[in-house]
Amino acid sequence: MTEENRRRRDPDRPGSGATDAELLVQDPDLPPVAIDEQEAEAEERRWTPLKVAVWVAIALLGGISWTMLAIVRGETVNAIWFVFAAVCTYLIGYRFYSKYIERHLLKPNDRRATPAEYKADGKDYAATDRRVLYGHHFAAIAGAGPLVGPVLAAQMGYLPGTVWIIVGVILAGAVQDYLVMFFSMRRGGRSLGQMAREELGLIGGTAALVATLTIMIIIVAILALVVVNALGESPWGVFSVAMTIPIALFMGVYLRYLRPGKVSEVSIIGFVLLMLAIVGGGWIADTEWGVAIFSLDRVTIAWGIIIYGFIAAVLPVWLLLAPRDYLSTFMKIGTIVMLAVAIIIVRPEISVPAFSEFASRDDGPVVAGPLFPFLFVTIACGALSGFHALISSGTTPKMIMKERQTRFIGYGGMLMESFVAIMALVAAISLDRGIYFAMNSSAAATGGTVEGAVAFVNSLGLVGVNLTPDMLTSLAADVGEESVVSRTGGAPTLAVGLAMIMQSFIGGPAMMAFWYHFAIMFEALFILTAVDAGTRVARFMLQDSIGNFVPKFRDTGWRTGAWICTAIMVAGWGSILIMGVTDPLGGINTLFPLFGIANQLLAAIALAICLAILAKKNVFKYIWVVVLPLAFASVVTITASMYKIFSPVPAVGYWAQHNAFRNALEAGETSFGTAKTVEAMEAVVRNTFVQGVLSILFVTLAIIVIITAVIASVRSFRSGGAPSAEDPAVPSRTFAPAGFFATPLEKQIEAQWDALPEDRKPARTRH
Amino acid sequence: MSTVAVHLRGLVRFFRDVMGEDAYRKYQAYHAASGCSSPPLTEREFWRDKMDRQDANPGSRCC
Repeated sequence: MTEENRRRRDPDRPGSGATDAELLVQDPDLPPVAIDEQEAEAEERRWTPLKVAVWVAIALLGGISWTMLAIVRGETVNAIWFVFAAVCTYLIGYRFYSKYIERHLLKPNDRRATPAEYKADGKDYAATDRRVLYGHHFAAIAGAGPLVGPVLAAQMGYLPGTVWIIVGVILAGAVQDYLVMFFSMRRGGRSLGQMAREELGLIGGTAALVATLTIMIIIVAILALVVVNALGESPWGVFSVAMTIPIALFMGVYLRYLRPGKVSEVSIIGFVLLMLAIVGGGWIADTEWGVAIFSLDRVTIAWGIIIYGFIAAVLPVWLLLAPRDYLSTFMKIGTIVMLAVAIIIVRPEISVPAFSEFASRDDGPVVAGPLFPFLFVTIACGALSGFHALISSGTTPKMIMKERQTRFIGYGGMLMESFVAIMALVAAISLDRGIYFAMNSSAAATGGTVEGAVAFVNSLGLVGVNLTPDMLTSLAADVGEESVVSRTGGAPTLAVGLAMIMQSFIGGPAMMAFWYHFAIMFEALFILTAVDAGTRVARFMLQDSIGNFVPKFRDTGWRTGAWICTAIMVAGWGSILIMGVTDPLGGINTLFPLFGIANQLLAAIALAICLAILAKKNVFKYIWVVVLPLAFASVVTITASMYKIFSPVPAVGYWAQHNAFRNALEAGETSFGTAKTVEAMEAVVRNTFVQGVLSILFVTLAIIVIITAVIASVRSFRSGGAPSAEDPAVPSRTFAPAGFFATPLEKQIEAQWDALPEDRKPARTRH
Repeated sequence: MSTVAVHLRGLVRFFRDVMGEDAYRKYQAYHAASGCSSPPLTEREFWRDKMDRQDANPGSRCC
């Protein structure tokens, strides 16, 4: 450490061995490209009274908020405590834990050029302002996932979900995103798959690739299922979401031919058209012909999405995918800011208990299974999401300006997603619990009727719940839907919660229906964007994989190959979607755990790769930082998979269910449980078989990856490390602050750079 | 008043950049710095090329 620092202070020292410190010689004609680490550390260690007071205040406020949530928890608890508990804990985690990881584990070096500098091409590799990149990264990682999981987990009460979202992100989710982003940046922006092959060899690498591909299929399928459930029998929703297609086409043409590059302009136009589509949907849902045309059953909608998904994946990006992505980003930033402001101003009172009756049981009607491990797979996005590893490697690292910014963008970006999840949880638990269970219990339990739902929910024996038919019919009328019973999947529940909060903020009860459909619309928009992009990315991965055997498939311009691979991918997720829609057991309730398990297994894979990389660097003293989340994610997902595979309880175990129905069929029965016909029983046998096989496949692949990573790490431990696969160090010739705000030291250096005459300024992005 | 306007303009610009409008500006800066003698792509050409590159190299979006 001191040796390195001494060299740093004496940059002209000639070096014979090519260590990084010697290669990274500061250009004497330029102002410093990095802050002096000793000075920076001294500044950080200097605890002025003001600094102490601020952190004591944050810690106190956080402590009080947690006390209110976890210990006091009176009859009701105010939503503002969720916001304070989350934000204060994030601040402390960011300031202390991520700093600890930075200082001991990753040791970013701003004297080293990032890929955006040494590989600059002005397009993919382009240094981007850190705050703008934070926005890009956040828009890429946050979608419908953090909005759905917390809603479903709310059946266990508010506390388990809240604790997992906040603690999980600090110790697991944000750590994963930060590490993957940093390692990818050090490797010229390589993707997770490429890093897996490099670090884990052929077997581990192949298992990681196959796992990623199948996990993507299941994730796309289940997201699509959420949309289908939200739009089924809802002419208003179907019309307004369908209108996003012509709106996106118009935006695409506008950007291509009329005003290229005017992204926010066209997004605002698209947004206005979208609002008109929502309002128009309300009018159309009031007419007889509108209801006749747009009331579609779920199977029809599912087919619509499948056909749409195929067309969107083969059309040129500029026509549909890119403009829809702009619209989705616009809505994402807008609605999240709006929701945060609304929750802070409205501050709804929450009457859901901290732990519900289902926290200690395994027969919850929303998601079956005991709290451990099923809470941790139900809430994936927002606490720990493996999918992020695909974004944090590849796209974002190619745009990072300075190495030390990865903490702000990687770790900080994930904290923001976690906050979105907390807001979704607050919106879901601000609903009456009776309504919550009526909306989220499968049609198999409620019969899909108001009377059935009332009878079912009241039979659950929940404290303080007394659901009346009137509550359900008047809510349905308020939100402009025919019925709210068994609107499973999380999206409609969130939409109702959000509509209740928003109407007391803007518009009053008359606006309930608008806000409900506004929420449905943006969730559908996020999901359809993910479906488009996921299909496309999966298609390229498949083409690349087949290309190993049939080289012609590598040529991404080859139309036939592209169509074949797209068709395979769409068939993959489409068949699971249809299976979920037609499932006599309720679809989403049985499939959602598979989504969470898949996502967390991907996280385990990403963390395993990080483990192997860190072991090579020989930093075993601090390696627990990655071992902790890796062990937790592995235990959770493997246990959950084992439940799904081996549990004898039919509602939990896929095979138990499978065998129960098969035996019933063999015994010649014509109805069993919620399946009223032989066809339905056969469907259950088929569906549980597919789900069971997928569970086995995922867990096997993940175990292979984890084992190969552990073997590689042990080997590194024995040999005292190994040469890393990092790109060679190149000296940086640029400077930028690391965090959101520039520190005084950074401001000094920035001033020196600003004072540099124009002709002496080096190319920011130089070759 | 003018400081408010400056901040507001900064905020608008920030929002536009987050939406992706900074792409062409970054390209121009790169082109100017690279010392390349051929003229840079026009804005229209740049965006057309950007979209066409995305065709072969899709960015993923998360759940």
